[in-house]
Amino acid sequence: MSTLAGTRHLARLILRRDRVLLPLWVLVLAVLPMTYATSFFELFPTAAERAAYAAGTARNPSIVALLGPVYGESVGALTAQRGGFLLVIVALASLLTVIRHTRVEEEAGRRELLGGGVLGRHAGLTAALLVTYAADLLLGLLTAAGLASTGLPAAGSYAYGLGTALTGVVFATLGGLAAQLTETAGGARGIGIAVLGASFALRMVGDTASNDWPSWLSPLGWAPRIRPFEGERWWVPVLPLVASALLAAVAYPVSVRRDLGAGVLPPRLGPATAGRGLAGPFGLAWRLHRGQILWWSVGFGLLGLILGGAAEAAGRSVEGNPQLEQIMARIGGASGLADAYLGATLSLAGLAAAGYGIQAALRMRAEESAGHAEPVLATGTHRSTWLLSHVVFALVGPVVVLAVTGLATGLTYGLSVQDVPRELPRMLGAGLAQVPAAWVLAGLAVLLYGLLPRLAPVAWAVLAVCVLLGQLGAVLELDQWLLDLSPFTHTPQVLRDTWSATPLWTLAAIALALAATGLTAFRRRDVPVT
Amino acid sequence: METPIEVSGLVKTFGRTRALDGLDLTVRAGEVHGFLGPNGSGKSTTIRVLLGLLRADAGAVRLLGGDPWRDAVALHRRLAYVPGDVTLWPNLSGGEVIDLLGRLRGGLDPKRRAELLESFELDPRKKGRAYSKGNRQKVGLVAALASDVELLILDEPTSGLDPLMEEVFQHWVRRAKQDGRTVLLSSHILAEVEALCDRVTIIRNGRAVESGTLTELRHLHRTSIDAEVAAPLDGLADLPGVHDLRVDGNRVRFDVDSAALDAALRRLTELGVRSLVSTPPTLEELFLRHYEAVPEELTR
Repeated sequence: MSTLAGTRHLARLILRRDRVLLPLWVLVLAVLPMTYATSFFELFPTAAERAAYAAGTARNPSIVALLGPVYGESVGALTAQRGGFLLVIVALASLLTVIRHTRVEEEAGRRELLGGGVLGRHAGLTAALLVTYAADLLLGLLTAAGLASTGLPAAGSYAYGLGTALTGVVFATLGGLAAQLTETAGGARGIGIAVLGASFALRMVGDTASNDWPSWLSPLGWAPRIRPFEGERWWVPVLPLVASALLAAVAYPVSVRRDLGAGVLPPRLGPATAGRGLAGPFGLAWRLHRGQILWWSVGFGLLGLILGGAAEAAGRSVEGNPQLEQIMARIGGASGLADAYLGATLSLAGLAAAGYGIQAALRMRAEESAGHAEPVLATGTHRSTWLLSHVVFALVGPVVVLAVTGLATGLTYGLSVQDVPRELPRMLGAGLAQVPAAWVLAGLAVLLYGLLPRLAPVAWAVLAVCVLLGQLGAVLELDQWLLDLSPFTHTPQVLRDTWSATPLWTLAAIALALAATGLTAFRRRDVPVT
Repeated sequence: METPIEVSGLVKTFGRTRALDGLDLTVRAGEVHGFLGPNGSGKSTTIRVLLGLLRADAGAVRLLGGDPWRDAVALHRRLAYVPGDVTLWPNLSGGEVIDLLGRLRGGLDPKRRAELLESFELDPRKKGRAYSKGNRQKVGLVAALASDVELLILDEPTSGLDPLMEEVFQHWVRRAKQDGRTVLLSSHILAEVEALCDRVTIIRNGRAVESGTLTELRHLHRTSIDAEVAAPLDGLADLPGVHDLRVDGNRVRFDVDSAALDAALRRLTELGVRSLVSTPPTLEELFLRHYEAVPEELTR
């Protein structure tokens, strides 16, 4: 098998390079279903409670669209349904891992370095696929073992693990094929993610329609249709296996026929001259940021639509559970619970919007490191103008993303409670209330970039701390002063009747001060700092 | 007319590294000035100080009559810069980058842009990520050469260009000179500097070690001769301009200044030449020979 010569060495190279990343996603994705099962056991100990929850979930199209169909009332069935979205993450991780070790390597020229050695024609693709398959199977096994350990039936646990693993395998193979088609890793990722998105859309349509045939066409629809814990159908796993075999049967001949570095699809050409918009530093910044801002808005809009649609049902989810109902009555009954749910959801969107802000600010660091800033700053562009052209996106971006999220949430929630005129502005306000806290982190990223550019990525670590404080602070019963360190702690709960706007102004002022200091520091320092 | 570039006693340190250590550099109006030095000698650092990207620690720097740090924006409209490693935005086409950089400087000559694209054989429609090293360099060169500016600052601009394109580049630099532009050409390719430059500054370890016209620097040139002669050697050692003479039976090896080459060869032919290899000095050898501070093993 000379075409496979060197596969083992390449596989070891991949394992060495991904020794942190690979175990991380395998472990996290394997643990999550276990925690779902544990919480179902705790929250709904009786069959009646589970039946009420299952019925409520099955009735809610936005939950079914997001997570998949409900096949039964057992803890196993509920866990499998709850873990539906994990399939998308497994698929994405597998897809990106394969592309990362095939087309990315080729584009960077590292593949050529190795190709000069004793390396079979198929070794690169095979090594990437084998490692990813192994990771998927390990994930499946760990998931199954974890579920079984909570007391769920072994057969169902293994059926669920198998479904997860095979979903990963299909998309890993798809990544292997996509990597053959385009010259760039970005293009390959685009193809892979487009197919993933189409699969998700098909499954959404199929699962919410009266006839579920579109879901049978979607690789994301197969794993739930094994029906773990509800009379496992062991023939369904044949579908992902056949699909993977077909994808591989196309990918391998293509990989042999094309040249190293080349793709099958011709690279797209751009315009020979710049359009009117690409004139100043702001025109350039718009070109560099517009894709991100568009995709973030689309993603958050969709998320808002789904979560807003689910809120009303979440408010009623405690029906039939007298203890919970009593607790909820204190915070305002079903609508109070829905508001609490929406508030929590939108504060998560606020954290994510801060991520957008940091990302947009750190784009400056990427521009500097890549050598893109230098030629621009050597023209008639003032340093402040250049910095502001990016900071504008770090500040306006979170506003756009949160406004879209708020509007989308308000729309579907308003429709479900038949009061759009009231809920749309309320949710828009609740979304925008998150902006100042997100700005503080974006401002911090600008400050770090201006003052200590090498340490600029620390802004991400600060965001991670804020996430932990917000999510675990109450659980761990941390001191208030510790919680107060996070700007998000100070964001008022605007869905309640009384709240104060003062913290919002304070946060905004802090954010602007941070960014202004960063600007001053940037005007004084050397460029580029490597 | 003011002197476009005047640098004296320039010092720039990065942490403990002294990248520039009292550098002097003068570029006169209308000349093509070669800025020579091995990798890491401080050429790019000097240029970045001239562009106001790095702040000088000590010394006086005047660029087009202004202070490059304080007056950066006004001065940048009057110059164009090509970095040694042009990197392009992956999703912008070459043509877009050329126009963008031109507009940021205050416009470029569309006719010359078209001429440049044709003579460099550059397809402006390709996306940044699709260009090879040489083609990325061409994008930077077209953007700079199509601009109507007084001063061109080119930092090793031809790295990655093939010999044919090197010719095209030289043609355009000569044209820029004819149009009255001043050019600072940093390079470590001696042939390129010889073909283009009126005056040359040689930099080593952050200091200018030599500066003058090429004729003035001719004395730096030594050709290595390795010959086999028919008769025993005699009378070569006393010739002026002959260095490092080594005789091994009938084989003779020595280095000779360009000015003394003719006399030395005449002496060799008198003895009867059986074989002869002559090697022009590389820039590195030039440095090694001229500045004696070289470890023993490198000279052998």
